[in-house]
Amino acid sequence: MRLSDEEQAMLAGEFGAVRRWGISHQIAVGEFFDAADFVQVSQAHIMADTESLGEAGVRFLEGLAASPEAERRVRVPTITDPRGLDFAVYRRLGQTDEMAALEQRAITALRAFGVLLTDTCINYQTIMAPVRGEHMAYGDTGVVIYSNSVLGARSNFEGGPSALAAGLTGRTPRYGYHLDAWRRATRRFRLTAAPRDLSEWGALGGIVGEACGSYWEVPVIEGIETVPGSDALKHFGTALASFGSVAMFHMPGITAEEPVFAGSPPPAIAIARDGIEAFLARFAAPEEKLDVVVFSAPQLSLFEMEAVGRALDGRQVHHDTTVIVATSPEIKHAADRMGLTSRIEASGAVVAQGICFYQSYAREMAEANGWTRLMTNSAKLVNIIGGYGYRPTLASLERCIDSAVAGRVL
Amino acid sequence: MPILLRCHKGIGPTVTGTALVAADNFSARYDLDRTKGIFSRPSHKLARQSYADRILVLDTAKGGVATAWMLHEMAARGIVPRALIFNRVNPILAQGAAFGGVALADRFEGDVTQLFRTGDELRVDPPAGLVEILNRDC
Repeated sequence: MRLSDEEQAMLAGEFGAVRRWGISHQIAVGEFFDAADFVQVSQAHIMADTESLGEAGVRFLEGLAASPEAERRVRVPTITDPRGLDFAVYRRLGQTDEMAALEQRAITALRAFGVLLTDTCINYQTIMAPVRGEHMAYGDTGVVIYSNSVLGARSNFEGGPSALAAGLTGRTPRYGYHLDAWRRATRRFRLTAAPRDLSEWGALGGIVGEACGSYWEVPVIEGIETVPGSDALKHFGTALASFGSVAMFHMPGITAEEPVFAGSPPPAIAIARDGIEAFLARFAAPEEKLDVVVFSAPQLSLFEMEAVGRALDGRQVHHDTTVIVATSPEIKHAADRMGLTSRIEASGAVVAQGICFYQSYAREMAEANGWTRLMTNSAKLVNIIGGYGYRPTLASLERCIDSAVAGRVL
Repeated sequence: MPILLRCHKGIGPTVTGTALVAADNFSARYDLDRTKGIFSRPSHKLARQSYADRILVLDTAKGGVATAWMLHEMAARGIVPRALIFNRVNPILAQGAAFGGVALADRFEGDVTQLFRTGDELRVDPPAGLVEILNRDC
């Protein structure tokens, strides 16, 4: 990679050992992807839940955090993805004091870098949305795909170590979605039936994601006649990124950039209502006992919180079922202020902030609570959670709530 | 004479080990029980098999960013694949291999899930962009 004088100095350790680690890590990744040079970024976003970090990752952060302050402070605004637990509710969910202690150590270390603990995967709805052409180092696949596609920003998937490195150096290797060449459309899909709710937008993302199956594919989705809202595109994008590892999509007339194909556009694959229904049917489990209903992955917007509150008004969650509603700290505070939290919790549901369920020791929660059957309106969550020992069902928000009240899958 | 296959210059140290091959994809979060060291996702083609010390040969990466931390965590506990061989990876697997010190190779000529067989003895040389199949001849 071609390095500037400042980057050479960082690599030589003239800005301290922490920035030397950061740029060395970035060069290893950049050379792997044939990056010619670095590009300045204006934000970094670190996924650093303690389930992923483990003791070893926390010790690594603590080691860097012990460096002199001038050497360890991030150079650009650096924020965090959801944490491993919410200190207000972790015991109720079956998480342990040991998990909480590890989480506190990670928080202390991250603060030492000057990281802002936003604990959110919906920062584009709640913190500071990027603008078209802005280069970022975002560390959540849902954030990356929304920012690249809907907003026209430029980011690769930046895992925790790389996002931290970007915060420390203020740059990232210029490869992948920082470059016009990789933002070209490669696949076409034509929708002949509009998704009817967020679970179906997620199902659509899952269908397209499974068909693409690669980070380097950029699908175009045609045939969308009504502009989807931010929450619909959020669920579509997170499912597309989860099922396909896809980082960018185009919806002509809706997303930020007009699709450009490298050559002749490929034939379009049709997606009809029966395709969406078949996707949902893969996770059907009618009349099964329902252990846990999760609204999360991604965290809920204020409007989604209101919808959950409205669906639960005057109702009680079944005594054998747990309902967890996860949102960002910013939205939780707004929901508290607007009475949404108390409306939701009056039903017996748990509102958690700063977590996203699957990043929160999901296996240990299942074992502690005896949970197996999980129901959600998040296609992303049903894709992830099977590996943690759950049997997931995907359905609309309203059907999830009706099932939670009944204690069985309706 | 061992079979020699070229790939893009990789990440991590040169290692030798036994291949575990499947035409499936990979995420440490989605697919593994990292405590037991096995594939735990019921639908994965390697479900219930141990990945510890194996050279995993798979198609590509799944969604999610957790693998970037998890390979390091797995290596620290000594329950980790010895190397990763993929057709093509996403940034998360490359970042995770770089951070965790795990050997990684991708971008071969041909499908790695066909070029390699479970049980093959492999020497993976990421700096040179080479993988040798030691138990088979050209």
